[in-house]
Amino acid sequence: MSQVQKGQPAPTQSPQRPPQAPPSQPKPEPVRAKELASRITSSFPEARVDYMREKRLKVTVPPSRLKEVAVMARDQLGFDHVSVVSGVDWIAKNEFEIIYFVGSVSRPGLEDFVLALAERVPRDDPVAPSLIDVWTGVDYHERETQEMFGINFQGNPAKGHFLLPEDWNDIPPLRKDYVSPGR
Amino acid sequence: MATETEYVPEADRVMAVALGPQHPGAGHFRIRLWLDGDYLVRAEPDPGYVHRGEEKMGEYRNYIQNVPHLERPVILDSSNILFPYALAVDELMNNKVPQRGEYLRVIMSEMNRIISHMYYIGIYGIFVGHTTMITWAMGDRDFWIDLAERIGGARVTFAYIIPGGVRNDMPQNLTERALKTCDWFEKRIDEYENIFAKNPILLERTEGVGVLSREDAIRLGATGTVLRASGVKHDLRRDEPYSAYDDFDFEIPVLNSGDSWARLYVAILEMRESVKIIRQAFKSIPPGPVRLKLGPQPRVPAGEVYARTEAARGEMSYHLISDGSPRPYRLKIGTPSFKNMRVLPHLLRNVHVADIPVIYWSLNYWPVEADR
Repeated sequence: MSQVQKGQPAPTQSPQRPPQAPPSQPKPEPVRAKELASRITSSFPEARVDYMREKRLKVTVPPSRLKEVAVMARDQLGFDHVSVVSGVDWIAKNEFEIIYFVGSVSRPGLEDFVLALAERVPRDDPVAPSLIDVWTGVDYHERETQEMFGINFQGNPAKGHFLLPEDWNDIPPLRKDYVSPGR
Repeated sequence: MATETEYVPEADRVMAVALGPQHPGAGHFRIRLWLDGDYLVRAEPDPGYVHRGEEKMGEYRNYIQNVPHLERPVILDSSNILFPYALAVDELMNNKVPQRGEYLRVIMSEMNRIISHMYYIGIYGIFVGHTTMITWAMGDRDFWIDLAERIGGARVTFAYIIPGGVRNDMPQNLTERALKTCDWFEKRIDEYENIFAKNPILLERTEGVGVLSREDAIRLGATGTVLRASGVKHDLRRDEPYSAYDDFDFEIPVLNSGDSWARLYVAILEMRESVKIIRQAFKSIPPGPVRLKLGPQPRVPAGEVYARTEAARGEMSYHLISDGSPRPYRLKIGTPSFKNMRVLPHLLRNVHVADIPVIYWSLNYWPVEADR
């Protein structure tokens, strides 16, 4: 009875149930990290490429180019969702690192591939562009990183506390200079 | 939040109501609802009531001390939340886990999947007013808990899958009992299908309720049973075979309708495949050691890894950074419930109030897992 229109009775006819998903296609060619990396670096020469291991490609780009790389990863490479957004406080370098772990569930051959899109922002002025226009599902992940590290994601409409208590008035807890009570 | 959940209330017709965090069904979780009479116009999840800072705690403890507290966010799926952590540390340390250890990891992980799905099915019964479903599911779940207790030594929090292998070997002569449980449970799943999944009353309550299309499931980043009920064949056990999953023969059940019924039925079908894996693993488990001797404070080289597995609810992942010190520099836990929470405000629109519990629980959302 979802999508019930106001004032109309609920549909009595239950929808037809298709039996099973279509049969799986033959296994496609595996995507190689090197090929993907060269496709990204040919369009974005400033991108720095690290291999965490095979099928785990980490690409670090300046925050100003992140959105363009993300659009390319979505439209040309086929990465359709963000699994995790992780923040890292590199306090010795006075930087925050923000890493989007991007995967694909719909592009054959990419299911076992994880692209880590990383950017670094200064710790004194942590402002980063939001990727909410590129991947809709990223908003809660960014919201969590925002409150745990105090990074301002421009374009994400999130306000207020999400996981933290409403009356939290300390510095963001996952920063390295926050010390847990009792430590 | 995206514009799709924006709602402009018509004057003062709309009433804001909170579902939870004290509601017996919602768990430690609040959903803010905006109601127009019996119609839900908008909903917004409000998590965080059971946030305990597992990621920060991880930075204060060494790699072995982290094992028992990391399984706390989801105690009914406790092996599966530790599995990617063990894989991540193994990858950093370049551990070659003995094959018997890998098999025991798979056995425990699949048992936990059944234990977790049975809980899901049971509570689903409460939400749709089907009392038999909770009594049967909770009762049958205990046979699997008993079996897991023989291996892991505890009933819910096993702390069994650890870096380097598993904590201990399984007792002797367990295979016969395990295979018996498998045979019995497969017959039991037939009954579950007939009595619950094909029950006309349950169909009436769940069919066509909370339909999540394939495109929306992918766009919103859904995972696990929610994703597979919407017609996406994605399961890391098959797509990225970790541990010993390459050795077993099993199917990935997928349904296309994407409604609350499909999400329940996919879970029932998955239990059948888990039984298949457990049976194969018990029959072909190789002899030998089950873990590497790591010591209480293993040296983990500096590095960065991202490990993920298919837990009962979907993709569970860890982003682990080591700086060479005894403790992790950063430990990010990515849980399936947190990902599926994004689906909630999308589905809770234009539905009757009576459909809210069905849609909410069909997502297999576990507040503690999402909050960490």
